[in-house]
Amino acid sequence: MSLPIDITREILIREETAGSGKYGKAPSERSVEELLNAGIINLDKPPGPTSHEVVAWIKRILKLDKAGHAGTLDSLK
Amino acid sequence: MGSATKIIPALMSAGKEYVCVMRIHGDFDLNELQNIIKEFIGPIYQRPPLRSAVKRVVRVRRVYYIKVLEVSGRDVLMKVGVEAGTYIRKLCHDIGEVLGCGAHMQELRRTRVGPFKEDETLVTLQDVVDAYKIWTELGEEEYIRKVILPVEAGVSHLPKVIIKDSAVDAICHGAALAVVGILRVETGIKVGDLVALFTQKGELVALGKSAMRSEEMVSSRRGIAVRVTRVIMRPGTYPPLWKSKKKKRDIY
Repeated sequence: MSLPIDITREILIREETAGSGKYGKAPSERSVEELLNAGIINLDKPPGPTSHEVVAWIKRILKLDKAGHAGTLDSLK
Repeated sequence: MGSATKIIPALMSAGKEYVCVMRIHGDFDLNELQNIIKEFIGPIYQRPPLRSAVKRVVRVRRVYYIKVLEVSGRDVLMKVGVEAGTYIRKLCHDIGEVLGCGAHMQELRRTRVGPFKEDETLVTLQDVVDAYKIWTELGEEEYIRKVILPVEAGVSHLPKVIIKDSAVDAICHGAALAVVGILRVETGIKVGDLVALFTQKGELVALGKSAMRSEEMVSSRRGIAVRVTRVIMRPGTYPPLWKSKKKKRDIY
């Protein structure tokens, strides 16, 4: 039971240059504040309240000014 | 949350999985039902229901799998994997029509949206409240970090294109990605596919529509590989190593 997106993909290399690595940082290095500003919660929405209501709660709990959702059950952003 | 809301369209268009209870309006033979269900796997025609958010014209949607998990009397618990935009209520109704006695969807739960499933990342509202309190009141980051996933987690179902540091800022300003800005590409990309552009450190830069196949992205001497549709990274995160064409800009 799999969706088309479950296919495994190989990696093709065009250029090896790794670069200096001076810029940016790995997602795992982000601060909690940074995660709050651009993060995702895979949320188990309880039956009853609407997704819209749950998003409003999440915004209040986490003191966010912007949040949305991508589905009636989980994954709130 | 925040700028991560920009990837929502990439999840909307992704495949979904549901667990639903279909109530059959009469007695039925399980073998017959199983055979009918098989007919619904693959492309099916659906007209969106009366109360729906889209134009009510018949459209084709793909059903990837339907698995009967349990049968109790006239209730059938099943797991369904479908293309975005497939109505499960309609699917149940249509299965009932073919069966003859009719059926309706009694209960529905979405169990998957693209990369998000009911796995260890799934949290409850209470988990969110607790993790936030533990972080703000005790300064302990461990739990909040488990609850909030980086934006990259939301596009892990898209094929990746890894780009050079020198190309990042131009992409952040909405420029198209030329093949010379590419380091690595995942296989299976077709023209028109939604792809995710990443830095070498694994940061999501932008989403875009591919203008080439994976193989062309690595073999072409020149040309546009991806047209950016949505920028996620803030400009200025990487230095602007691209030359500005001053004269051209003056025209505008």
